[in-house]
Amino acid sequence: MVLVDAITIAFLGAGLFFLFVGSVGLLRFPDFYTRLHATGKCDTLGAGLIILGLIVHHFFYYPGTILITVKLLFLILFIFIANPTATHAIMRVAYKTGVLPWKLGEGRK
Amino acid sequence: METGRGEEMMKGEKSFGILITFSVMFLFWILLSCIFDAFHLLLGVVCSAIVALASHDLLVRGRRPKILLKSFRLLLYIPWEFWQIVLANLDVAYRVLHPKMPIDPRVIEFETTLRSDFALVTLANSITLTPGTITILVEPERGKFWVHAIAKQPADSLLVDQTMQRKVADVFMEEKHGATLTEKTEDKNGRLG
Amino acid sequence: MEEVEDERIGKNPPWSSDHLRRMAKMISMFLATGLLITIAITLSLYRVVVGPGVFNRTAAVNVIGTKTIVLLVVMGYYFERPYFFDIALLYALINFVGTLVFAKYLEKGELWS
Repeated sequence: MVLVDAITIAFLGAGLFFLFVGSVGLLRFPDFYTRLHATGKCDTLGAGLIILGLIVHHFFYYPGTILITVKLLFLILFIFIANPTATHAIMRVAYKTGVLPWKLGEGRK
Repeated sequence: METGRGEEMMKGEKSFGILITFSVMFLFWILLSCIFDAFHLLLGVVCSAIVALASHDLLVRGRRPKILLKSFRLLLYIPWEFWQIVLANLDVAYRVLHPKMPIDPRVIEFETTLRSDFALVTLANSITLTPGTITILVEPERGKFWVHAIAKQPADSLLVDQTMQRKVADVFMEEKHGATLTEKTEDKNGRLG
Repeated sequence: MEEVEDERIGKNPPWSSDHLRRMAKMISMFLATGLLITIAITLSLYRVVVGPGVFNRTAAVNVIGTKTIVLLVVMGYYFERPYFFDIALLYALINFVGTLVFAKYLEKGELWS
């Protein structure tokens, strides 16, 4: 049982780290396109890791309800497909409307 | 939004599409509710039938050859992609937390020989999930991708090595004979053609 | 008015008190996780308020939506109610469709052409 707790805490910790990196990237980067780099990748994996840790916790602490594990796995799959698509959609619109990318050496936008 | 493809669907393909959509919807209903008495199952059948009749051409577009082999190869491609996702996030974490923030963003453009919808979507998703690149625009007629890269090294791994295009083309078994490498120079406003 | 005993996850299983004590410790860990996720949401709120232009704000709202999904799942485990997972699945769909619809509106100026 200690092993299951350790695995859960490891997954939760790693997921929280990536969520924070995503938010800090949103604040720190100088341009719209680079901010989407930070959030589109880190947010997805952070959410996936946290929910994976909760699946491991659920699998061992509440035996007999396999359905909830399947539901959470669907949620992870959906986040992995939907988040990059939404990132791509908003980036495409910004590019077509004329937001200019940032080059090395300019000021913050 | 009309795509203007102009494909006429024959009667056989239409009922195949309706059947597949209905089975998938009903499977989701059973999986998500897990109540197996007659009233709820009947409700599920009615709802799945309505959804399948209204939107069957979104999910299935006719029969494609060798779809089982392609799905199997897709399953084999997924572990490599998970490894790339982990690498991508460690790369972004390094760039965000480094005090000097080593980024050098640029927009690149290249062509591939993938033409089917699913292959283009898989490649675009994979490019977004791999270190340092996000897809901006996809042009389906010529398989052109505009990609925003965050530094020189991820841009090179997409333009010069072409690992990802080769892997996706292997999954979908489309011939890949040398994509043109064009890093277009930008005009005075910083936009590409 | 009598309380309706609603469905908890796995009621009355044959567990030892040691198991229950360990489970209580884990559940308080989820409260800490929820608080940290809320702090991350507050950090993203800065970009919604400041972000010059509408695109930064849309991207930040999408980020807050994704973090809310995770928060819903964690709170579902903290309060031991299994229906929060369905709400989380639904909110994932709403967040995705909302961002796509907003992007389409920004591109064309109207939704239906």
